[in-house]
Amino acid sequence: MQAAMNTKRNLVTAALVAPAAAWLCVFLVLPFIAMLVFAFGERAPEGGYQAAFTFAQFANLPTRAAAFWNTLVLAPAGALLCLLVAYPVAYYLAVKANPRYRLILVSLVVVPFWTSLLVRTYAWMYILGSRGIPNLLAMIGIEDVRMLNTPGAVLLGIVYGYLPLMIMPIYVSLEKLDRRLLEASADLGAKPVSTFFGVTLPLSLPGVMTGVALVTILLLGEYLIPQLLGGGKVFFIGNALVDLFLQSRNWPFGSAIAVTLVAVVVVVLMVAMRIAWKVAGTRQVDLV
Amino acid sequence: MTSASTNDIEFRSVAKRYGSVTAVSDINLAVPKGAFVALLGPSGCGKTTCLRMIGGFEQPSEGTVHVGGQPMNGVPAYRRPVNMVFQQYALFPHLDVEQNVAYGLKQMRPRIAAAEIARRAQEALAMVRLGGFGKRRIHEMSGGQQQRVALARAIVNKPKVLLLDEPLAALDKKLRTVMQIELQSLQRELGITFVLVTHDQEEALSMSDLVCVMSTGRIVQIGPPQEIYDRPASLFVADFVGKTNRIAARIDAGTNSIRLANGVGLAKPASANGTLGAATVALRPEAISLVRGGTATLQGTVTHRIFLGSSVEYSIEVDGLGDFLVTADRRSLNESDLAEPGERIGLSFDPNALHVFPA
Repeated sequence: MQAAMNTKRNLVTAALVAPAAAWLCVFLVLPFIAMLVFAFGERAPEGGYQAAFTFAQFANLPTRAAAFWNTLVLAPAGALLCLLVAYPVAYYLAVKANPRYRLILVSLVVVPFWTSLLVRTYAWMYILGSRGIPNLLAMIGIEDVRMLNTPGAVLLGIVYGYLPLMIMPIYVSLEKLDRRLLEASADLGAKPVSTFFGVTLPLSLPGVMTGVALVTILLLGEYLIPQLLGGGKVFFIGNALVDLFLQSRNWPFGSAIAVTLVAVVVVVLMVAMRIAWKVAGTRQVDLV
Repeated sequence: MTSASTNDIEFRSVAKRYGSVTAVSDINLAVPKGAFVALLGPSGCGKTTCLRMIGGFEQPSEGTVHVGGQPMNGVPAYRRPVNMVFQQYALFPHLDVEQNVAYGLKQMRPRIAAAEIARRAQEALAMVRLGGFGKRRIHEMSGGQQQRVALARAIVNKPKVLLLDEPLAALDKKLRTVMQIELQSLQRELGITFVLVTHDQEEALSMSDLVCVMSTGRIVQIGPPQEIYDRPASLFVADFVGKTNRIAARIDAGTNSIRLANGVGLAKPASANGTLGAATVALRPEAISLVRGGTATLQGTVTHRIFLGSSVEYSIEVDGLGDFLVTADRRSLNESDLAEPGERIGLSFDPNALHVFPA
């Protein structure tokens, strides 16, 4: 009887999990295996994949060192910059804003998402391009300012594009912060700054960690912003992959780069999670 | 100004308004150094607002609040020599017990050495009998233990005044009684002023040496617990503090008696003063004795009996006056132990036990 019920429950669980598992299998695991196989193969003379077993693709990786460098530096840097801009905004929305207007203000953060990132990034192309801000600066005598196609432009685009994704998790964690804890801190003699670093910030770390992880991971695959705002100069791995797969049709090399990126991300995330766990891990238990 | 040295807290014509809503007004209160004062009143009476004005979480709209003789208007919470035990404690969930207690010490400037902080935190924890619990996390502590942590955290800075916002409300009855005694002895040990906010009259009467009864944003009576109970200044106080029987009555000019609604006349009690005309009389349930044999001034029928162990509560339908509550010692009737529901019984009392209020 008991066994029968357990079997039934297991069947229900299996039925509920099956669609997601099938989805992951078909669109994540299988492609990844294919990519892994491609990575050890050779480029067919007319492009595409030709079966082989060689490490040549991986030996070639240093030729894309710049893309790796840009991605692995600008993605975390962009995420951190995003954090610096997002935290005060989230803090204002969750703590300082008049509750009556809070909902409106929060939706203002999300509204830009209703327009394609492509369109919004194009707008930045014009703002930063020679007919945009540099043109205005030239009018007041500051000539030859270059903005577009620089790492700065890419960073700006990244911060602009990903800001809402950083604001929301931080906002949520600050919003559920118990105001009485802030009063208790003040009551015990903590100045507002000490209260922020002693109570508010530590208790919002889960939101900060979620935001940073979310934005960093998405940025590692970013290709649109470097393409439009970085020109050919600030190259992300995403751009390298587009070139290799669509232009030069060198699938094996592209696969090798993609596999390497996944490996690097997994390692970096594991280390980051380990550190974050040490700093704030036990705190999370209390909060979530 | 001369009172500044002897009063730890003073409210001088304090009012607090939120827009057009008046939370409290006309608050004048002086709490002597080392006193244990209770702000007692039903929810919404403004007692918590008063406490928060002492703590610095609210600023008065009018008047001044003095702490330790210093006017506190505009002084932020973190610069006030008071600490608070919050309702539901507001302990920091990301810190362990000892870190919670040490939090206030770490804010002190000039800084205190880490070893000294640890020593004082341990000392405070020992004081609330939580020595050895320092490394526990807050969520691993029971409600009663969290209450002690909150207490230790609040006394570690040696405040002039300790504020307690319904500190025992979340505890079960038995634990509450234990904590009442502990709070009292802690207060004597520390010798600092305690201000307790509570809606529980028993708690206020048993713990404090000064009770300040509040109603709808005003103070209605200040005095020692016994005085509040024995000589309530108004019908509200008589009703709110302890149980009371209300009787409609009348005092006519030129007579020396008071006539109850059922026509029974009694000698005018001392508390009547100059009251004339329609009045309401309050009579404590324990001021009434039950007598058999029909000699008492009031007669009635027992409707319910609640046996409480050491005493018995009777509900008695008094002829012409309605329901009365009578608390009797269980051996108050000499013939048999208890009066039975349905039994005819007499109620006797000293007319001076009546509190007369103009209706």
